[in-house]
Amino acid sequence: MYQKRIIVCLDVRDGMVTKGVRFKGNIDIGDPVVMARQYYEAGVDELVFYDITASAERRGIIVDVVERVASQIFVPFSVGGGIGTVEDMRAVLLAGAEKVSVNSQAVRNPDIIAQGAARFGRQCVVLGMDAAADAQMPSGYRVVINGGRTPTELDAVQWAQRAVELGAGEIVVNSIDADGTRNGYECTVTRKISQAVSVPVVASGGAGVPEHLQRVFTEGSADAALVASMVHYGDYTIGDIKSYLADQGTPVRAV
Amino acid sequence: MIAVVDYDAGNLRSVETALRHLGARFVVTADPAVVRGAERVIVPGVGDAAAAMGRLDRSGLSDALREFARSGGPLLGICLGSQIVLDRSDENNAQCLGIIPGEAVAFDERPGRKVPHMGWNTLIPRADHPLFAGIAPETSFYFVHSYVPRPAEVRDCLALTEYQEEFCSVVGRDNVIATQFHPEKSGEPGLRMLQNFAQWRV
Repeated sequence: MYQKRIIVCLDVRDGMVTKGVRFKGNIDIGDPVVMARQYYEAGVDELVFYDITASAERRGIIVDVVERVASQIFVPFSVGGGIGTVEDMRAVLLAGAEKVSVNSQAVRNPDIIAQGAARFGRQCVVLGMDAAADAQMPSGYRVVINGGRTPTELDAVQWAQRAVELGAGEIVVNSIDADGTRNGYECTVTRKISQAVSVPVVASGGAGVPEHLQRVFTEGSADAALVASMVHYGDYTIGDIKSYLADQGTPVRAV
Repeated sequence: MIAVVDYDAGNLRSVETALRHLGARFVVTADPAVVRGAERVIVPGVGDAAAAMGRLDRSGLSDALREFARSGGPLLGICLGSQIVLDRSDENNAQCLGIIPGEAVAFDERPGRKVPHMGWNTLIPRADHPLFAGIAPETSFYFVHSYVPRPAEVRDCLALTEYQEEFCSVVGRDNVIATQFHPEKSGEPGLRMLQNFAQWRV
């Protein structure tokens, strides 16, 4: 039976997992290889490393992280953040990542999706999208970039469809409105996009309790759900989330 | 010694790290002579069947793989490897290795079914095989693909998987076995499967 995926997202800065804290900036919360290994052993289905390194050495640093993670964990993982060229994609894929995710870079240069798909196969190319509720847009959601700071002229559903036409094999929909609230995913935008495209859709932003995943899998038609702080600080384990989902009748991979 | 065939097709690195983790003796090679002389062979691969076959044909690896399969040595195909062991693929109308009769076909469009089939799914075993030793029947494996193997003969399908239809997820005959999923990305049971292959006595 096909199962809903639970994906843990790790923000990585200068080679360390970091977490943004309001008014305080970022604090380091652990070594990415150690944390990845712990989540692997706990039964995570997939991992995402989101690179927020700002320095010029960023590619070398993330490639090193990817190589070390790939030697330790045997479930798929993807890398996003700072992927601006086909060469960036090649570097992290060769280092052992399954997929690469493009977000703001794809808005500025949509051709990166087509180039990546042609070179590595569409299953390797993920479009990450930050969406904000906006009644002026046809779908009710606007694509925003640069971590939500910069609005674009793109409608979220139309952009998702275009990205799939260009060659994206999966779409991660991050709700800027829900992100960081821990009040639940934005099920409406997730469902609109999931129903509008033929490829898998991953819900992101807002997870606080296992019920939120259940809701986004049902009401949001998500194929997978991203979690971060609800597991990083020990509130829930992957096992807790999966046993809750299984009890609700949602198919998940046994831990 | 296991020869892992290197034809610039994607998931080579993850197969390599899994084998290293298992302590298996292996070599990554693009040399047809090394393939012919190997004890066992793994054909990994993701991406486009026609492009993959083009590279295998040009490098002489296609003939080496056919010869190796005929010689009776254990051969494991992974993902695209489970499609190119067949006669042909619908993907850009590729002529494939023809080691097992059959063809790869695209998932058709069905309401609510996402393609690629990406994520974890279970197997419905159709036959006992040493590759499955010690692996519980309800175990999940990681899939990512848009085409599926369709062996011509029912007995060459060793396991099915359900994705709004049942498709053949493990193809095999005699000394050849090929999984549509990625054992190297399927956690501990996947590693066990690779270990089983490394020890398989045909």
